[in-house]
Amino acid sequence: MSDDLLTVITIAGMALATYLTRIGGLYLMRGVSVTGRLKAALDALPAAVLMAVIAPTVLATGAAETIAAAITAAAAFLRLPMIAVVAIGVAAVVALRALP
Amino acid sequence: MNSPSRSAAFRSGVFDILPVLAAAVPIGLLWGTLAAGKGFTPFEAWLTSATVFAGAAQFVAVDMWREPVPMLLIVVTTFIVNVRHLLMGASLQRHLGNFSRPGGLLAMFLMTDESWAFAERKVLAEPLRPAYYFGVALSMWLVWTSASLAGAIAGRSLGDPAAYGFDFAFSAMFIAILAGFWKGPRTGAVLATSAVSAALAKLAVPGAWYIVIGGVAGVIVAVILHREEEEGPVAGERAAEMQSEKSGSNVGSA
Repeated sequence: MSDDLLTVITIAGMALATYLTRIGGLYLMRGVSVTGRLKAALDALPAAVLMAVIAPTVLATGAAETIAAAITAAAAFLRLPMIAVVAIGVAAVVALRALP
Repeated sequence: MNSPSRSAAFRSGVFDILPVLAAAVPIGLLWGTLAAGKGFTPFEAWLTSATVFAGAAQFVAVDMWREPVPMLLIVVTTFIVNVRHLLMGASLQRHLGNFSRPGGLLAMFLMTDESWAFAERKVLAEPLRPAYYFGVALSMWLVWTSASLAGAIAGRSLGDPAAYGFDFAFSAMFIAILAGFWKGPRTGAVLATSAVSAALAKLAVPGAWYIVIGGVAGVIVAVILHREEEEGPVAGERAAEMQSEKSGSNVGSA
């Protein structure tokens, strides 16, 4: 098998594995009535997963990232437009990383 | 469902995702250059971004790439890095009531952390429209694939995104989206649990399991804090909910 073919097969395998995770969620919940505790769980899921995605950056990278995250959160709670919140966060992290 | 118009909803999706697109360009370029460095042709780099379309998994795969290609290891690792999609899809499928069946399957193909987050934020205010979702998700796909291709053609490192703070743009955007989910102290308890569990898991467990561990820990706290008597949608709302869930689950009956 040529290297090129193996590369394309591996890419196809990655694509298939990823699509299975993407459509799996549709089938996971089929025919389940979503009420009570299950509804509470699903309602909490988006925020819990989003928080988990960024937690290592926010809590376990360095003081600059943690402080910049706090500044970003303050901007977000002021209900500024999202692009302003992102700009403030990026500016904060650049400034804090530049500190000695 | 024609007000505002479909094209206005699409444009509103494109507009919402613009800050993310700005951050995705340098990261896509970087991924393309790394892939080219491991021997990917520009076409192969584009193909990966177009069909896998998952940034974290693509960076991990390129990092593991060597001759001969450890195919099974890379495919299994890709699955593990993307296992969070199962949780995200389980939540998002409740809001696909306005999608046709092929539309729903395409929507899931295009689901990224970012498009999913914008969709979940949208449904806090109004039902999710396909035009809005595809405005978000298709722009993301177009920018990610174009940037990867350009990076692979350029073939040399264009510099570290961290030098310009672009690496923090995704975290900043997620923080902005999280603020929209705030419903009081109970949300704080869920977020704190998720954050601490994920950060500890990141230090202790290899791979991307920290996302699943943090997400599940947060959900467990939400279930523990849940009080049955507080759940009281009036009958009409409950019926509407069940209706949208019913049509949403049709998407999955392929």
